[in-house]
Amino acid sequence: MAGFTFELVSPEKLLFSGDVEEVVIPGTEGDFAVLKDHAPVISALRPGILSFKDSKGEKQTLFVRGGFADVSANTLIVLAEQAVPLADMNDQHFEHEVKLATEDLAAAQSEDARRLAAERLAQIETLRGVVRH
Amino acid sequence: MPSLKDLRTRISSVKATQKITKAMQMVAAAKLRRAQASAEAARPYASRMNSVLVNLAESVVGSPAAPRLLSGTGNNKTHLLVVCTAERGLCGAFNSSIARLAREKALALMAEGKTVKIICVGKKGNDLLKRQFAKEIIEFVDLRSVRYIGFENADQIGRNIIARFDKGEFDVATLFFARFRSVIQQIPTALQIIPAVVPPKDPKAPVSLAAYDYEPDETAILASLLPRNISMQVFSALLENAASEQGARMSAMDSATRNAGDMIKKQTIKYNRQRQANITKELIEIISGAEAL
Repeated sequence: MAGFTFELVSPEKLLFSGDVEEVVIPGTEGDFAVLKDHAPVISALRPGILSFKDSKGEKQTLFVRGGFADVSANTLIVLAEQAVPLADMNDQHFEHEVKLATEDLAAAQSEDARRLAAERLAQIETLRGVVRH
Repeated sequence: MPSLKDLRTRISSVKATQKITKAMQMVAAAKLRRAQASAEAARPYASRMNSVLVNLAESVVGSPAAPRLLSGTGNNKTHLLVVCTAERGLCGAFNSSIARLAREKALALMAEGKTVKIICVGKKGNDLLKRQFAKEIIEFVDLRSVRYIGFENADQIGRNIIARFDKGEFDVATLFFARFRSVIQQIPTALQIIPAVVPPKDPKAPVSLAAYDYEPDETAILASLLPRNISMQVFSALLENAASEQGARMSAMDSATRNAGDMIKKQTIKYNRQRQANITKELIEIISGAEAL
């Protein structure tokens, strides 16, 4: 099966670049999978798990936070503020994420911002639960 | 006339200095390689983000819904200058050229009757500007404890700038840093970050943008993209700066080493001449003493 080009970039480096068959992205409005010939879309990301199969058929999962996915002309570019392989995620990472989210919640001024921050905190807490087991 | 002993101490002290500058040059060369690599690693993110931004900005520019970070406050009264410099000296004109650019800009703005506020990132810039602009400097960000600049450092500065913008503390923000061109050339640059300057679209780029779906809508994406873009610009400025600093230090230390070498050569010649003169003098004394007998 033919694949498409996928690039995962964080501010510090290019994490992955190559052909893949399928990528599952945690979008703000729900997870979605991108396959070949996907319609062009730009979506914001929520903190969550991104998974894809590389050319060797090995499945990779990463924790991503804050950023965008840009799908166009059989290229998928994911810009993530932070991307860490799930296997490398430890309690410290989660502590840090929880701390960031809590700070955001405290700093939120409008009703909307508070709701978003609270959602984010909840998502991270759930994730932590999932990864631990 | 300095004595032989004086000359000897002078030569050995110059030799010691040369060793230090040589070591500093080699350390700077090693650090430069790393700084350059991380500056290059950040480039794909910045360019991708830019292309998304260009696409989005096109569709909202001019509409009343455009976020303030893009359209500005409508005023042009208060300017914020974010001056990024190094934490350490001994790197040639690196710090002073950035500070000079910022100073010129600040004075020009003040002459126009505008209010200027300055945030200094890096100790050296603060040192250079605080005498003249003690009142204007509102904050000093110290990165001395940071060994390798991460996105988080930049993000903190970016958030700080945006928080001040939201409070209405300034209308226009400009970032000062040195762009890394080569080891011997670093260009002090002023870059406006608020309101965001959207580069004109590349006419060669494929025009399939109308078909884009946005999730959530365009304004929401733009609202979360713009703050990130500012943090990213601060981040790439800091990385460029880090590379420039090491480059500047490397060439400064290289010429210092060369100067020390010249100095040693000159002093050694002087020392040998003096020694020879002393020997000749003593010989003359002995010979004329013997002849007198």
